[in-house]
Amino acid sequence: MKAGAGSGSSPQEGRKPVELFRGVNVDWLGKKWYFLGFSMIFSVAGIISMSLHYAQTGSPVPLGVDFRGGTQVRVQFQQTPDLNKIRSATEAVGIKDASVVNFDDPAKNEVLIGLPEQHNEASLEAGEKRIVDALHTHYGGNPFTVRNVEVVGPTVGNQLKKQAALATLWSMLGMLVYLWFRFQLIYGVAAVVACFHDTLITVGFFSLLGKEISLTVIAAILTLIGYSMNDTIVVFDRIRENLRLSRRESLPDVVNRSINQTLSRTVLTSGLTFLTVLSLYIFGGEVLNGFSFALVVGILIGTYSSIAVAAPMLVAWQQWRAKRGKTAALPAAKRARV
Amino acid sequence: MKKNLNNKIALIAAVLVAFFYGIIGIPSGVTGKALQESLSKRIHLGLDLSGGAHLILQVVVSEAVSAETDNTVSRIQQDMKTAGFSFSQAYKPDPNKPEAIRLEGTAQGKANDVRSLLETKYGNQYDVTGGGADNSWTLTMRPPAVKALEDKTVQMAIETIRVRVDELGVNEPVIQEYGLGKDEILVELPGIDDLDRVKGLIQSTARLEIHAVAGGPYKNDQEALSSNGGAVPADQEMLHGSSTVGTSTDSDAVWLLQRISIVSGTDFRSADQSTDQNGRRDVRFTLTNEAGEKFYDFTSKNVGKSMAVVMSGRVREVANIKEPIHDTGVIEGNFTPDEVEILSKMLKTGALPASLNYLEDRTVGASLGADSIRQGVKAAIVGILVVMAFMLFYYRGSGINADLALLLNLIILLGFLGFTSAALTLPGIAGVILTIGMGVDSNVLIFERIREEVRAGKAASAAIDQGFAHAWVTIVDTHVTTIVSAAILFVFGSGPVRGFATTLTFGLLANLFTAVFVSRVIFDWHLNKMKPGEPISI
Repeated sequence: MKAGAGSGSSPQEGRKPVELFRGVNVDWLGKKWYFLGFSMIFSVAGIISMSLHYAQTGSPVPLGVDFRGGTQVRVQFQQTPDLNKIRSATEAVGIKDASVVNFDDPAKNEVLIGLPEQHNEASLEAGEKRIVDALHTHYGGNPFTVRNVEVVGPTVGNQLKKQAALATLWSMLGMLVYLWFRFQLIYGVAAVVACFHDTLITVGFFSLLGKEISLTVIAAILTLIGYSMNDTIVVFDRIRENLRLSRRESLPDVVNRSINQTLSRTVLTSGLTFLTVLSLYIFGGEVLNGFSFALVVGILIGTYSSIAVAAPMLVAWQQWRAKRGKTAALPAAKRARV
Repeated sequence: MKKNLNNKIALIAAVLVAFFYGIIGIPSGVTGKALQESLSKRIHLGLDLSGGAHLILQVVVSEAVSAETDNTVSRIQQDMKTAGFSFSQAYKPDPNKPEAIRLEGTAQGKANDVRSLLETKYGNQYDVTGGGADNSWTLTMRPPAVKALEDKTVQMAIETIRVRVDELGVNEPVIQEYGLGKDEILVELPGIDDLDRVKGLIQSTARLEIHAVAGGPYKNDQEALSSNGGAVPADQEMLHGSSTVGTSTDSDAVWLLQRISIVSGTDFRSADQSTDQNGRRDVRFTLTNEAGEKFYDFTSKNVGKSMAVVMSGRVREVANIKEPIHDTGVIEGNFTPDEVEILSKMLKTGALPASLNYLEDRTVGASLGADSIRQGVKAAIVGILVVMAFMLFYYRGSGINADLALLLNLIILLGFLGFTSAALTLPGIAGVILTIGMGVDSNVLIFERIREEVRAGKAASAAIDQGFAHAWVTIVDTHVTTIVSAAILFVFGSGPVRGFATTLTFGLLANLFTAVFVSRVIFDWHLNKMKPGEPISI
């Protein structure tokens, strides 16, 4: 029995399901130059911003206290604090370039005072005392309590940097190997390139917007790598399945069809995950801000890249091989083992 | 055809009960307060939520290697004497290479005998080279032996820190190896904000040692050197400390001591504060039986000579040996009350095998925790509710499946945290939210696939069969890849980041159970009740 969902003989009659993207037929691969342009603009903007930032500060993105090393004192005042007076108070005791920012909701009267980079542990501890003294002597009218002090030695900063870079590399390598085993090497390469693309653009956003990268942001970036990979695998899985079913169809057609078939799932899941992350971004507070921001950007880019980067790469590789006169066989994936 | 689901439903119920127990244990009552109390007893909050001290320490493992080779030097001297071989000296030539030992001036014709002695006694741990024309030997500790010793040192340091931290009465401290093979230890102490006290207690090496005095007191380093021909002999060391000659006290005199101690660290069984006739504080110590023998042996042979009490690299007291001492003694040394307290605690808890450096120390304000916890939980609940409402709207009847699977997933995840007493951190809550995202993804994958099959005209049970079969492949691939990345996070990350990796990994495992197995059982249960040909609500 063959019956379309809308026809009279359909079992769905009388309770039409809510559906998105039913029977879409978009030629995604035909738009690859637009995708390439879009990705290039954001990647290049990110790279330029990171280079400029690197030239100025010696680091491609603003680093949080986890990495930079330094002292951060969070102070809560009884009355609304005047940030300029706090700044002049710290300058009066000879602290140059201290960062003074409202922490979280300004109505909470909390201020985050960050000391610029310090070079040894002793001066870090002293730094905290200097801030407290500066406030006592030069900004006495507004009683305050120190809510939190963070002191991180710069040695740790360097180690953490290495740690984060290593973790990213290893996680990509691990995934590449897994996909090689489950699909084919080119699938693994395409997925990892897509993930790298997502990471680059997300970190680029941090650089462009001057947001600090902390250890939790690194956790978020690793999550988005896993997430983007998740999206890419769903599409690849469909390509693999369709390749097995119809060997006569051309690869671009199979890829287009696979993307279209999984589109409603892609949009649904990304939309829902985006909602949860967005709720984290909106309600999670200042502490989680960097983390959830990375995920908000990462989920959008990750969803985009599995359609616009990973899948076209598979096709481009195949066409390049065909042009070089090599075997024109489709990169038919190994049979699914499960 | 109806499937018999009794076994599967029983399994799900058992899992539900077990993990529910994991979350709240057996509450003392059924009131809200009793439930909340037992909940907070089971689910521990990480440092970022509860506030406390966060420390990363590095163990100076080279010290342990150095102590081990010091020990070997004295054994070599002993063994050579026992075997009747002559030698001019055994020492460690380079302070920067603690693993190397040099034995010089052995007898010309005895090279083979010396070699076989060294090989049999030390060949396990050391590479023995030399024995040529210069009659000198070099023993170098093998890299695997060094590595094993270093690992053991870190483990011993962790144990010692654990015992010391217990003295503070901290709930659920985290003390674990940190980083990969970098000899670092992570210490997290919820509810502790007096960092200095913690650091003092953890770090204090307060190693108590008694050395034989070789020379002194001298006024300064130059005098000490010149009266010994310009150099400190290899088996001696030069230390500063107090000396009392007659009535005049020099607080920074220089002493030459035998490098190898008579008794040290673990040889002391206890040390307690006491006061002498003049009201000055002193320390009464007791040695272990074995060390007592050694000490008696030394003191009886050296009556009339001097011995020095060394603590933390300074000579605290030099005493004249009046008579053989067995296993108890008194150290006078003008100790402050704090010093005596720390010293006696250290001796009770055992000494650290090597000293520690602080790489990171922070206090996290507990007040931060209170706001963050509320915000994180609020965000999680809002996220879950929005997702659940959407699933009901979009998949109608089947949305109930998805929502039940999600709830069960959460119960398993929290129950797991309760069972393992893994701490819930703020990124951990984020991990929970992401688990929910992936859980929803699994359901969406399955449901979309079932819809496709229904559209292709399949009957309800066939559509469900096919939908699950196809989606399963994809779900396995996506879950394994994410678990791979979470595992890497777990290995490379610390504290809060680890919490994230833990919740994500276990959440995903639970999700394989709930989104696939449980959801399937609910579908089958529903199919059993349906009339043939009735459509499923999806």
